[in-house]
Amino acid sequence: MKYSYYPGCTLKNKAKDLDAYARASAKALGFELEEVEDWQCCGGVYPLGTDEIASKLSSVRTLNAAKEKGQDLVTLCSACHHVVKRVNDDMKNVEDIRTRANNYMELSEPYAGETEVLHFLEVLRDRVGFDKLKEKVVNPLTGKKIGAYYGCLLLRPGKILGFDNPENPTIIEDFIRAIGATPVVYPYRNECCGGYISLKEKDMAKNMCDKIVDSAEGFGAQMLITACPLCMYNLNKSTEGKIPVVYFTELLAEALGVKEEVEI
Amino acid sequence: MQRIGVFVCHCGSNIAATVDVKKVAEMALLEPGVVHAEDYQYMCSEAGQAKIQAAIKEKNLTGIVVCSCSPRMHENTFRSAAEKAGLNPYMVEIANIREHCSWIHKNVEEATEKAVILARAAIAKVNLNAPLKPGESLVTKRALVIGGGIAGIQTALDIADAGYEVDIVEKTPSIGGRMSQLDKTFPTLDCSACILTPKMVEAAAHEKITIYTYSEVEKVSGFVGDFTVDIRKKARFVDAGKCTGCGVCQEKCPSKKSLSEFNRGLNTRSAIYTPFAQAIPNVPVIDTEACIKMKTGKCGICSKVCQAGAIDYEQKDEILTQKYGAIVVATGFDTIKLDNYDEYAYNQSKDVITSLELERVMNAAGPTKGHLERLSDGKHPKEMVFIQCVGSRCSDGRGKSYCSKICCMYTAKHAMLIRDKYPDVNVTVFYIDVRTPGKNFDEFYRRAVEDYGVNYIKGQVGKVIPQPDGKLLVQGVDLLDNKQILKEADMVVLATAIEPNPDVRKIATMLTASIDTNNFLTESHAKLRPVESPTAGVFLSGVCQGPKDIPETVAQAGAAAVKAIGLLAKDKLMTNPCTAKADELMCNGCSTCANVCPYGAITYEEKEVNDHGIRETRRIAVVNSALCQGCGACTVTCPSGAMDLQGFSNRQIIAEVDAICR
Repeated sequence: MKYSYYPGCTLKNKAKDLDAYARASAKALGFELEEVEDWQCCGGVYPLGTDEIASKLSSVRTLNAAKEKGQDLVTLCSACHHVVKRVNDDMKNVEDIRTRANNYMELSEPYAGETEVLHFLEVLRDRVGFDKLKEKVVNPLTGKKIGAYYGCLLLRPGKILGFDNPENPTIIEDFIRAIGATPVVYPYRNECCGGYISLKEKDMAKNMCDKIVDSAEGFGAQMLITACPLCMYNLNKSTEGKIPVVYFTELLAEALGVKEEVEI
Repeated sequence: MQRIGVFVCHCGSNIAATVDVKKVAEMALLEPGVVHAEDYQYMCSEAGQAKIQAAIKEKNLTGIVVCSCSPRMHENTFRSAAEKAGLNPYMVEIANIREHCSWIHKNVEEATEKAVILARAAIAKVNLNAPLKPGESLVTKRALVIGGGIAGIQTALDIADAGYEVDIVEKTPSIGGRMSQLDKTFPTLDCSACILTPKMVEAAAHEKITIYTYSEVEKVSGFVGDFTVDIRKKARFVDAGKCTGCGVCQEKCPSKKSLSEFNRGLNTRSAIYTPFAQAIPNVPVIDTEACIKMKTGKCGICSKVCQAGAIDYEQKDEILTQKYGAIVVATGFDTIKLDNYDEYAYNQSKDVITSLELERVMNAAGPTKGHLERLSDGKHPKEMVFIQCVGSRCSDGRGKSYCSKICCMYTAKHAMLIRDKYPDVNVTVFYIDVRTPGKNFDEFYRRAVEDYGVNYIKGQVGKVIPQPDGKLLVQGVDLLDNKQILKEADMVVLATAIEPNPDVRKIATMLTASIDTNNFLTESHAKLRPVESPTAGVFLSGVCQGPKDIPETVAQAGAAAVKAIGLLAKDKLMTNPCTAKADELMCNGCSTCANVCPYGAITYEEKEVNDHGIRETRRIAVVNSALCQGCGACTVTCPSGAMDLQGFSNRQIIAEVDAICR
């Protein structure tokens, strides 16, 4: 199985490991991530201005590229996934945005949200299947107590992102079980880490992250995993190395026995 | 040729402000058959009706058109006025120039033109009207009440006291309903069981009332005055005739892990059980999914310990068929499921409970024997937070759009009771608005605030956060103080929205009674016929019609009973003569009409017909006019045009359309 793949800017520098482990794991699991040619930055933030078109076009180009290849589009970074998926929803359901974006793009065939956007976790759950994943695990992470950190962007708005319950998600917990570890459920796992506020108001971001980390530790987590480079950055500032925060793909690669092959 | 009179109503300024009523009358006079036309301020008034009657007599009218409000409002008024003047009531037609015209248009010229056209159509129809005579049907002097909560019990008692037989059909093993689960009732704080159980006993002892518990309505046919209902009496596996209600079977039953429905799943019950100690009838049922004997064939302890020999593992469901003149729906409510509200951590923490669960916790017969304690560790709470409107007044589609109406009062009740019994417990209530209209209701709420020191905070809660130490952190907002609140609590109580009993859809379908988008049964008129369903002979009692507290429910239950008694008191009912009829020469017996008839009113007969001199036996559709409701489905389905509806014939409708398009 071949998917179009949108890595996004961060995965090309700061979060190279998130990307590299995912590719290696995909190979081990028998599917291929084919990077979209000439992709551009998604903008990092979904533009809320209803008349804003320019900052949505990069997502439309990526989505259309996947459509032309007849492939589903896989993303990995929470922020990219959020932006691309919401723009896709706009192209499918908001006539005004669809018309204006298509007028600008002058594609051979107008794009109307045909591409299916999948987060890498969704591929694991819905295409590979957590049961199948479990069978492929060679180094089960038995005994590790891991807290899933979802953050706010991955699942919300629930109606559009639509792959788990934003108030009580289970997909990463199920993933943790599949790789042989024990999930730790804690109430702050879907709260915001502060995001870009850490550039301007470090204390506020620290405050928000402290709550998350304290809660996770309080419920017994020895490690946090995330899918978002910005969450990772903020959480690491807060934990100061007290408990490790890693990308979920790193643990996946470790469980599948392909971690050593990856060069970063 | 008909002699038609046209009467145009001003309805004060309701019609006259937007429609030139004089012009409508003038234009009507130009129509074929019209010999008289006039306008008047209120046609429905006594003076207006007198004008119609005078014109009928003086001008020898054979038909009339009243241009006024919707026929749902005053068709009967004008029909009976005409009848008193000697005209057949089915020679009266209404042109609705209010709801369909003046109320929805602003431009006088356009509205007047439309009113003239509507009048013209009605005149065209009257020209083809023929006098019709209603038939008669007998009334079965027995009522069915579906649901044995306080609404159903009160309705049954009132009907029975008037001297009519009543059957109550209740799905669960006991009557009593939601009220039996409540601890105290507002605004007087009297014990719910103390006022309910005497009524339950009275209903059970009443010679005119028969109670079928653990039973469900399975099929309904017939019509007002003459319903036939199949009731499924589910197998209890206990012979009610022999059982003495001693309770030994429940004590000895080894399967004790089923969640107690009565205690909202907060504790367990045995496989053979009565839902609560005061259950009526005091005859247990066996839960086949939990019973070891039923599952494995081994056990049979209850049978061994039963001195009366009442246990019968072979008992089967029974179907009982009974005739009724009137049916009252009293199916009540349940609280909504909280799966859409995970931010309140209801599914994550045992110490987050619904208000109905708190009723059980506060009740001496409940899972904690009436002691206020956390369900996770049994500790006495010091801080309690109540969250109102959980799932009510919701605009994002996760909950219900309506106000559940009872929550403000019961939350004040809970807060007051806790502060009274446990002064060491701090109580905080988060609310959007406090809505306490009702006799002595606002005083009650003020008492909670002023005398009992309950802390009311205007604002919503965003998240309830379980802490590693077992406490709960409530994150909310104080709108009046404009600040965020982070409050530690030992228990959180959710004032969960109520919704109609999920079974009501099935029952409404059987009764052809309509329900709204929230699954509440629709009343015939929101203001003037609030306890009657639009389906004749079906009445509504309690929360199945809309959210209500106990006093309102009891009042409505009485009103529904009065309406049912009014029906049962009649020996005969006039039937609607506007029924379908098949033209024998055109019918080819294809069965298409019978397939679409929702009332099962069409059958077929082998009949000899004389078709232009050719005598032959043909299969022909026959309509049972007592069953036919005049919906017209058969007339539009009939491929050969043989079916026609009396009073709404195809010719009449085409004449109306022609008049409109002219």
